[in-house]
Amino acid sequence: MARRFLALIVAVVLAWPVAALAVQPDEIMPDPAQEARARALSREIRCMVCQNQSIDDSDASLARDLRLLVRERIAEGDSDREVRDFLVARYGAFVLLKPPFDLHTLLLWLLPPLVLIGGALALWRRGRARTRLALVSGDRPPPLTPQEEATLKALLADAPAPAPGGEGKITKD
Amino acid sequence: MIAEAGHYALVLALALALIQSVAPIVAVRVRDGALMNVGRTTALAQFAFVAVAFGALTALYVVSDFSVVNVFENSHSAKPLVYKFTGVWGNHEGSMLLWVTILALFGALVALFGNNLPQSLRALVLAVQGWIGAAFYLFILFTSNPFLRIANPPFEGRDLNPVLQDPGLALHPPLLYLGYVGFSVAFSFAVAALIEGRLDAAWARWVRPWTLVAWIFLTLGIAMGSYWAYYELGWGGWWFWDPVENASLMPWLSGTALLHSAVVMEKRDALKVWTVLLAILTFSLSLLGTFLVRSGVLTSVHAFATDPTRGVFILLILCAFIGGSLALYAWRAPTLKQGGLFAPVSREGALVLNNLLLTTACATVFVGTLYPLALELFTGDKISVGAPFFNMTFGPLFVLLLLTVPFGTLLAWKRGDLLGAAQRLMAAGLIALVTVLAVVALTQGGGVLAPVTIGFAVFVILGAATELAERIMLFKLPLKVSLRRAVGLPRSTFGRTLAHAGLGIAMIGIVCETTWNSEHIAAMKPGDVAAIGSYVARLDRVGERQGPNFREQLAQFTILQNGNEIGTMTPSKRNFAARASSTTEAALLSRGASQIYISLGDVNADGAITVRAYHKPLVLLIWFGPLLMAFGGLLSLSDRRLRVGAPQPARAARRLQAAE
Repeated sequence: MARRFLALIVAVVLAWPVAALAVQPDEIMPDPAQEARARALSREIRCMVCQNQSIDDSDASLARDLRLLVRERIAEGDSDREVRDFLVARYGAFVLLKPPFDLHTLLLWLLPPLVLIGGALALWRRGRARTRLALVSGDRPPPLTPQEEATLKALLADAPAPAPGGEGKITKD
Repeated sequence: MIAEAGHYALVLALALALIQSVAPIVAVRVRDGALMNVGRTTALAQFAFVAVAFGALTALYVVSDFSVVNVFENSHSAKPLVYKFTGVWGNHEGSMLLWVTILALFGALVALFGNNLPQSLRALVLAVQGWIGAAFYLFILFTSNPFLRIANPPFEGRDLNPVLQDPGLALHPPLLYLGYVGFSVAFSFAVAALIEGRLDAAWARWVRPWTLVAWIFLTLGIAMGSYWAYYELGWGGWWFWDPVENASLMPWLSGTALLHSAVVMEKRDALKVWTVLLAILTFSLSLLGTFLVRSGVLTSVHAFATDPTRGVFILLILCAFIGGSLALYAWRAPTLKQGGLFAPVSREGALVLNNLLLTTACATVFVGTLYPLALELFTGDKISVGAPFFNMTFGPLFVLLLLTVPFGTLLAWKRGDLLGAAQRLMAAGLIALVTVLAVVALTQGGGVLAPVTIGFAVFVILGAATELAERIMLFKLPLKVSLRRAVGLPRSTFGRTLAHAGLGIAMIGIVCETTWNSEHIAAMKPGDVAAIGSYVARLDRVGERQGPNFREQLAQFTILQNGNEIGTMTPSKRNFAARASSTTEAALLSRGASQIYISLGDVNADGAITVRAYHKPLVLLIWFGPLLMAFGGLLSLSDRRLRVGAPQPARAARRLQAAE
């Protein structure tokens, strides 16, 4: 336990963004299309000694090595997928900022849609239950008591006639 | 002496918090009005004492008393005065002290302004505030005491982390904490309502302004933090889906949901049980955020603190409060009566949809943030969940939410007319469509996703405007009458319009910045030019300068557009000797809502300096949107209904009757 926390401390100290530049001019590939691919890929690859920084954002030396590696693979004609697979084979799934969809990440990927669908279903069922309840109880509020009827009549008699046109309409916010 | 006084004041505040957490409960049980008022007195006194403690720590920083460990570790005699003040909360102990100070402040505000609350409700709310306060005072005194001394005081301090020596830091944590901790009031109200077993529309009317206050501060805090990261971290990113950012986004999302469901509860007496649950969840997420950042369980860009004893202590607090309140909810919520029927297509229905989407978005951020931790704990596997995951899952949800906003505001309460709403939104929809086409035509060849999202954002803004126009019957009545109607509208209507429009405006900024950002990375020597978008940056000279506690390397650029000079920019790179670390100070030049952004890197062997220059179109809208949202919240808060409309205390009513 203590060792793990020590490791965390070291990680914090090392990875504090010592705000410098990430991609260096000498790394940029001559072919703009390939460079654009490298940049897009870099944004999905984690700098493993940093917290939650992609190699595109990080200025750690490991990030630079990985950026150069990505560019090397691209220059050799690898597809994006091949580059990713190559990195995963070397460093494990930890290197991907977008985790792959597999048994371990099933819940991660499925939870958001499940919450949405489950929530919608629950609402729908509850709505139906309440409608049915309303139907059973006669689909209308309980009738007014004679006393309430009298009050209503008195109120209506007192109230001035509604003004013609839309302006006098009572708008409820 | 000052340190000991501060320490003593903190212990006294703890004692008062303990009284505050017990006495009012007993008073409510035995129905003793005088004892109930103890809650009020202790809340005020507790704030006074914790303010003394906070003042003491500030004084220690200002006079650079390095015999105090906290000051020694986080300050330096040569540090500019303003950072001696803000450095107080630029470290773990100080920021926890700020946390409880704000908590006590909210407690004192409830005590002061809660005169129209039923006495027993106020007593219970203050008792719950007392529990939270006591837990955090214990945490500070046992694990994070900022007043500890050093036996042999050193001559000079270690200085504050340079990244934190920035005006952004002065504002970001206090705003964020005012938001986080502000939700404690809604939480205390919810727990008090559960204890009392009574919940009415009046309750929602009391909870709404407090939630709104917290929400305004949290919105500003998040926006401020994002802008700070944007100019300070040197690569122009403004949101990283970093766990610490997510920790502040989660309470914002559920707080936003709470704000909307409280409206339904206040106006229609529906969604009561759900509103109480949201109030509990929102503050629980605030506590979780504090835990994530303070315990060091997630080490990330912001984490200053890592210590297992602290982690375990906060975890205990977390379990006690979240577990306890949820258990209380499970036990008592069924006794609360449900009210207010409504058709699925209605204002209530739309707000329920809003809540569903916001809660799902919140759950997405939650699972994305905590899943890697849980997976590593249970299986030992390490995975990363970063920006690409959140963009893929959170993005669509938020766009969907955006689309529903204009419809929701145009539906009537109880039973709405969706077709009618759609007809009234026709103009807004058409203009949005034209915008999409125009953007596609202008940016030829780009993807359609960005223009379509911009179209949605425009639709939200115009939808908000449509609602306002409908209300004042613009073009249907003579302009004069419409204007008169506008003056008569409640301020909360304008607040809502502005907040919703802010959402759309922020969205435009986000899409434009991420899609059409242009970048130029090069090693430059004086005289070299770099093309950034339609601008040209010419490096004039490179120099050095001595600051108060740093040395900086400066580069001066002249920015040209079509051959005309439009300004100069001087980015720099600062080296702080005390910490042997450096920061980049990016230079920003605003052109309307767009910005040119230049930051410096290392100097190469041949004397060329690495330069990163960007043109970020409409980037300022990203923060203007939240500002507008917060302003909308403020307008809504100033609505007289929230003050005047609050039910009168029963006592006053009785007195009136007696006079008759």
